[in-house]
Formats: sequence, C-alpha cells, structure tokens
Amino acid sequence: MGELAADKHVKYIISVEKKKDSFESVVMEHLRLNGAYWGLTTLDILGKLDAVDEEDVISWILKCQDESGGFAGNIGHDPHVLYTLSAVQVLALFDKVDILDADKVSNYIVGLQNEDGSFSGDIWGEVDTRFSYIAICCLSILQRLDKINVDKAVEYIVSCKNLDGGFGCTPGGESHAGQIFCCVGALAIAGALHHVDKDLLGWWLCERQVKSGGLNGRPEKLPDVCYSWWVLSSLIMIDRVHWINKDKLVKFILDCQDMENGGISDRPDDAVDVFHTYFGVAGLSLLEYPGLKPIDPAYALPVDVVNRIFFSKK
Amino acid sequence: MHGRPRKPLKPEDAAASAAKAEKLRVLQSQFLHNHHNHIYSKEAVELSTKLLETNPELYTAWNYRKLAVQHKLTENDSDPDSLKSILDEELRVVESALRQNFKSYGAWHHRKWILSKGHSSIDNELRLLDKFQKADSRNFHAWNYRRFVAASMNRSEEDELKYTEDMICNNFSNYSAWHNRSLLLSNLLKRKVEGFVSKEKVLPDEYEFVHQAIFTDPDDQSGWFYHLWLLDQTVRVDSPQLVSSWPTPGSDLILLGDRCLDGCASSPFTRFHLDSRTFPLVLYFNQAVEGVNSSTITVDSELNTNKDLVWKPLSSCNSKAAQVWVTQLNLPDGNTHSSKVFPVEDSSPISSLYQLSIKNDNELTDFEWRAATIAKEIDHFRELLSLINCKIGKLTLARLLMAHDAMMCPPANKISHSEEVLELYNDLMRLDPTHVQYYKDQHSLVLLQQVTSNWESLLSRCFHYSNSPSNRGSPMCLQLKNLSLSRLGSFDKLLWVQMLDLSHNELRSIEGLEALQLLSCLNLSNNILGSFTALEPIRQLKSLRALNISYNEIGAHSIDTTKYLCSSPLSHSVGSEWNHGQTVIDDDIKSYWEAYFILKGLNLTQFDIVGNAIVNEKFKSFLIKVLPGLKWLDGEQLH
Repeated sequence: MGELAADKHVKYIISVEKKKDSFESVVMEHLRLNGAYWGLTTLDILGKLDAVDEEDVISWILKCQDESGGFAGNIGHDPHVLYTLSAVQVLALFDKVDILDADKVSNYIVGLQNEDGSFSGDIWGEVDTRFSYIAICCLSILQRLDKINVDKAVEYIVSCKNLDGGFGCTPGGESHAGQIFCCVGALAIAGALHHVDKDLLGWWLCERQVKSGGLNGRPEKLPDVCYSWWVLSSLIMIDRVHWINKDKLVKFILDCQDMENGGISDRPDDAVDVFHTYFGVAGLSLLEYPGLKPIDPAYALPVDVVNRIFFSKK
Repeated sequence: MHGRPRKPLKPEDAAASAAKAEKLRVLQSQFLHNHHNHIYSKEAVELSTKLLETNPELYTAWNYRKLAVQHKLTENDSDPDSLKSILDEELRVVESALRQNFKSYGAWHHRKWILSKGHSSIDNELRLLDKFQKADSRNFHAWNYRRFVAASMNRSEEDELKYTEDMICNNFSNYSAWHNRSLLLSNLLKRKVEGFVSKEKVLPDEYEFVHQAIFTDPDDQSGWFYHLWLLDQTVRVDSPQLVSSWPTPGSDLILLGDRCLDGCASSPFTRFHLDSRTFPLVLYFNQAVEGVNSSTITVDSELNTNKDLVWKPLSSCNSKAAQVWVTQLNLPDGNTHSSKVFPVEDSSPISSLYQLSIKNDNELTDFEWRAATIAKEIDHFRELLSLINCKIGKLTLARLLMAHDAMMCPPANKISHSEEVLELYNDLMRLDPTHVQYYKDQHSLVLLQQVTSNWESLLSRCFHYSNSPSNRGSPMCLQLKNLSLSRLGSFDKLLWVQMLDLSHNELRSIEGLEALQLLSCLNLSNNILGSFTALEPIRQLKSLRALNISYNEIGAHSIDTTKYLCSSPLSHSVGSEWNHGQTVIDDDIKSYWEAYFILKGLNLTQFDIVGNAIVNEKFKSFLIKVLPGLKWLDGEQLH
C-alpha cells in the first residue's frame, strides 16, 4: 500500500494559506474561515499546528466577527452560522475559546432557532439540517447548549428522517451523506441517537463503498474523498463502521494524494484542494492510520481538543 | 473543487490567473463598499449581478440583492408593474446563476425568497425545474425545490406521483425519483386518500414496478431501498406488541431459604432462585414504546399493590422510550428457614389498557395478503437467483425467508428456514467480501434465533457452574461460547438467564444486553470489545456481581465507535451532579472517563480485566477506587 505524504500535505496547506492572490483564492475569499478550519485541523491531526502563527490567525478571525455576534466567511462579508462554527472550532484548536464572549456568540445562534425547532443559517431564513448540526455543535463547544430548545431541535431533525433510514436537508429531502453526518452528529451531541435506526441506516451507509474502495454520497454516484468523512464518521457514531472494508478505503484515500506537490483531491488524478485534503486526512484518522492524532467523529475536532473542553478542571 | 483534472500550473497560466484575480478583487471590493453603504443604484446592483453570474457562491451578494429589492419595493409602493419587473429580474438572475452552478444553495434560496413575495406561476417554476431535472435527474436541490413548489402551489400528490412514474419509466436508475415516490405513497396511504385506502391494493403494483428495476440490473442500487421499504410496509404492525416477559407464565419463583435444596433438578426456565426480597418484572416489546406506568399496565399480584409500581425504561442517554421496561416487586417478609415457592399464573399476570396489546398468535390484521405477498416475493427472488447469481437476490431472499418465519410464529409445527438463511449469508460473505462483517452480523443474529428457538436447544447449553452439591441450588449458566458470534440478539428468549458465558466469540458490542435483568455473572472474555463505552448496557444490570472482560481490546484503539451510544458529558446525557459541577474532575477521571462513567454505581464483587491494553498499575488502583465493593480482581483477593 502507498504511504501518507504528511510533510508534503503540511507544505501544501501552508502554501495555500500564504497564496492569497491566485484566482482560486479570490473566488473562495468568502469562505476563507471554513478554509482556515480545514487547513488548521489537518495540521493539528498531522501534529504540525505550530507551523502557523497563532496570533495572526486569531486576530484575523476576530475581525470576521459581526456586531450580531456571528462570524462572516471573511472580513467585511455578512455573518452566517457556517462561519461561526468554523471560528469557534479554530479557537478550540488553539485552546482560546475563552477569548470570546460566549454569551454574545450563543445569542446569535439562539436567535436563529425557529418555532418548529429548525435553525436558519442567517437572518435571511434558509433552513437546512446542516444548520441544526452547526447550532448544536457550536453551542456545545461554548458550553451553552441549554440556551436552545434541544427537544424541539431534535424533533425537527427527526422529521427529516427518511424511509431509507437516512436524513435530508429539510423534511422529505433525499438522504445524502453530508446531511446524514449533520443529523447523526447533532443527535449524537444531544444524546438522542436512539432516534436513529442504526441497522437500517448502517446498511444504507455501508453500501456507499464501491468497487474501488472509495465511498460515494448516495446510490449510483461517483466515489469522492470527502465522503470518507461524511459516511465514515456517521458509521462510527452508530457503531457500524465494521460493515465497510477499512483497508480498501485507506488505499482509495492514499491514491487521491498528489505525491509531488502535496494535497489530496476528490478522486485520483484530480486537482487538489484544502477541503479534500482535510477530509482525506480526517478520514485516515478515523481509520486509525498510524501517526495521526485521533479525531472525534461528532465534533470534527481532535479528541484531545474535545476532552479539553469537557474534562478540564474548572 | 470537484472533478477538475490535476495539471501543473504553467508560468503563463499563473500570470493570467493573477491578473484575473486582481480584476475580481477590485470588483468584490467595490461590491462590499456598496453593501456597507447601502448603495442600491442601477450600477451597483448590476455589479452584484455580474459577480453572482460568475460566482453564485458569493453569499453576501444574494443578501445585498434582497436588501436592494426591499429598498426598491418601499420606493415603488403602489405600482404592480414595477413590482413585477423587479421580481422578474431577480428570477432571471437566479436562473442565470444556476446555469453557472445548478447546485448553488444561495441561488435556490434567493428564488424561494422571491417566490414568497407572491410572484411567478406554478407552470413557470415547473418549466424551470424540468430544464434542470433533465440536465441532472439526481440534483437534490431541484428535487427539494420541486417539493417546495408543489406544496406551496397546491399541486396534488397524485400528480407528483405520476411525475415520479414518468421519471422512473424514462430511466429506472433514479434513486431521487424512487425516494420521492416512497414519500408521496407513504403520505397518500397515511391520509387514506381515495385510491390509496388499503396497502393490500396498492403494494402489489409497486412490487411489480420495482422488480423491473432490480431484475433488469441487479447491481444498480436505485430500487434496493424501495423494495426494502415495501417489505417493511408488508410486515409491519404499527401498534406495539408485547413479545415476552419475565417471570414467564407457568413458572415458579423460589425464595432461597437457609437450607439449600437437595436433589432438585430444576429447569432454568421454570424455577428461579432468588436471594433477595425483590425481583424484577420485565416487559419486552417488539419496538421502543413510551408511557408504560401503573395506569397503562396492571399487574395482578397478591404481593404488591399495582399503583405503587414504578416502571423504568431500559434506555441509554436521554430517551423516554425503550423496548424493555422493568419494575421491582417485593416478596413478603417472614421467616427464611425454608424455601417458599411462588407460582406465576399460567395466563399472563399482566393486562394493559388500550395502549399496548399482548401479541396474539396469527391474529395480525390482514394476515392473508401479507403472507401471500411474502410467499410471492420469495418465488420471484428464487427465480431471479436461478438466472443470475447476484448479491441483492441472495440478501433479499434471506430477508424474505426471515420475515416469513417471523410471521408464522409461534414455531410449533412450522418448518424454519434458518439453515437456508445461514447458507445464504455464508454465500454473501464470499460474493461480496467488502461487506463481509455486515453479513457476519446478520448470520450471528440468525444463529442465535436458531439456538434459542426451543427449550431443548437451550437446555443443551445450560450447565451448573460447578458439580458440588452445595451448588445445586445456584442458578445454571447458559453457555454461548465459541460460536463466532459478532452480534447479539434474541434477548426476548433469554430474559430468564442469570449466568451467561459469551466468551471466545467476536463481539465488539453488547447492544441490547440490558434486557437480561437477572444477570449476576457475565463472561465476555476473549472477544473484541474496543472500549469501556461498549459496556454501556451493563449499567442497567443492577444484579450484576461478577464480570469478566479479560482478553479484549480495551485501550488498543484510538477511535471509539461506541462513544456516542453511552451516557457521557460529550452527549449531554449524564446526571445533574456532573452538569452542576459537583463532581471533582481529577486526573483519574481525565485519563479514564469512559471507565468512570460505566463502572461507577455498579456493585461488582468480582472483576477480570487482564489482557486489555489499558491495564497497568495506575489503572488497577483507579478500578479499586471506583468499585469499592470489589473483592476479587483478576483472580486475586483484595484487602
């Protein structure tokens, strides 16, 4: 089997962080805070979080915070829960969550819960179970989960459960591995996994593994490294990961590396990006690939970061 | 980000890219300036149009456009024509952006937002959807939008059902269409709309429809889950059924006296030896239920008043529902010089109000059409397998045979298919090695069903713990060792078990074991349990005194697959003493929080843990602290 080119990936991520003037970088400027989470969590898993300037990163993140308490994808853009979670997660990596006014950030999220328990992404009202996951995960890290109506939030997520055992964006939405990760992760953090039919969903998820060993996101679609996270973490949270062939998946992820320039792509021989580099490395961590820090499947942060949040002497 | 080929960047490309980037940066900068200063002039809005048509992911620009629309609407209050043209322009921009990226969340949401202003017709929207669904019939954004339009514009579910039929007839490999079909049918059946009143009339056509997909290309998954859903609709009984209970009707409860019983060849199923004055009453349902309490369940007992009984669900984390419920009954005080026998009535001592019903043999409603449907499906899949040796054929046949057997309960004179099913799963392990552990788990479940299917089989696996006469009065041990079991099941048949040997199997989980409320001794040595969190079910076993988990894999794995299936602070499911900071978080809890939450509160006197990577002197002294009643650790007596 091939090997993980860890050093090359570290170099690749740092180069992306510095290269702010390429066309790709400018086009994705609006989600740079997500990019920071993907890049920095990967560095932490590889044991190289110290390769970046912590103060630089943190001061930039704080500039992304809006007066509503939420965070934008970059300085000057509008706030949204997507970037608020990434901000809190990155601060958790550096054990600096306490520099935030936790109540201010929490209130931004709490204000976005709707009557039916769902969450809007921002003041413009788009509803999606991704935002339910974000709210529950983010508030849990901030130790403010009790500020929302958790029962109602769970009720809404359960209303998005499909007849195949999976979950969609909204009630009736087709099951999709990304949405499944969000719903299963949210239910896991809320102590509500009993709402999941683990055998039914487990079978749907394990059938995402195709002949090449990679995972797709829904039936009859192509495999993609990012599903090594969405499908894999879901399987782990419901204790059905033994239903796939882990060795074949490791091989698929390793085949998606750019061994020369670093980085991981969605499929072998495609262009790499930070998004897929993170999901490939995180997937390998979940598969217990040697030399990597273990990552928590629900919080999507290294296990030692999560333990620090819940088991620190107060 | 997806599907772009990997090619090295040539220097001339890098320069061109940098120039493009600079241009884009200037535009975005200008746009943000307009946004922050609330500038909604024609030029400013056109700038946002230009940006969104090339980069629909620029979410702030969609927000800006909404503000611009709101601004224009307040200015042109009473003019319906200008309102129409403003909204039309937004719809045009959305369509243009979607052509650039038809998966853009921002674009689709903007369209919904515009529609909420009461604009556009259903025909217009369906026409747009047709275009996108033709380009990609699996685009879930389009399907979601379609459901939104159908609901908000009152398109009938029957019409939408016909649409899914058209899509599937066009190309059966369309999971999105099958999904929508199952959703619509499910709603129509639930609401008992005309033409969809009975499953008996509706399901046969659906079976025929999905056969076309599966039999044409058995490797295409599009119809698999739809067929599984049809099977579930065929066998499922919606109201909960009581499957089993303990004490079993017709058995005797023997309260041990000071003298042991002589020469008593007691059957482990009909005579239970108790050494305490309370015993559990266990109810096992076919699905998780809520609301079991003294007003919904009446226990007829001369020893206890019904209304005093407190029922508890055996669930983990924060659930109020459970498949297994338990209450404690008291035996009377009195002299203990002799044993006393308490017979349990032949008819069930339990009766319930409307909410729950005791399972009646073969009295499922519509039994005939259900049985006939399963039988027909079995024939169909046998035929498929005679033509093509395919995975979905074998798997579906295995499920159908099990469903058939389950319906024919009780097993009195029936012919069980379990041997054939075990063979099918063995075949599948060879045919589809990627999923071998899935088939192994199913194989274990069927094997356990077979082993527990009759008293003879169970009795052949019961042994006294030792041969000494003084142990004749002690409970028998059920031995289920060395069976290559990777998964446990059939708990409804095992409620009577007090000592259980599951050693030398391949268990990584003991999910469901909490049902065995009488367990006092449990041997799980030589399995593959990977973490303390996998032992969550034993927290509910209040009678457990001896536990053997030696030679497992606890401490050998960096990833814990049962972490979120147990009660812990990470899943906000521990008691209030933790939440209110009353528990001191010392080094032991930090290092061994999984063991701490599982073991604290247990009354073990005997514990075996040797052969697990986590074990060292530090861990052993932690164990002694968290299990104060422990007398034996790894065979050594403690002081």
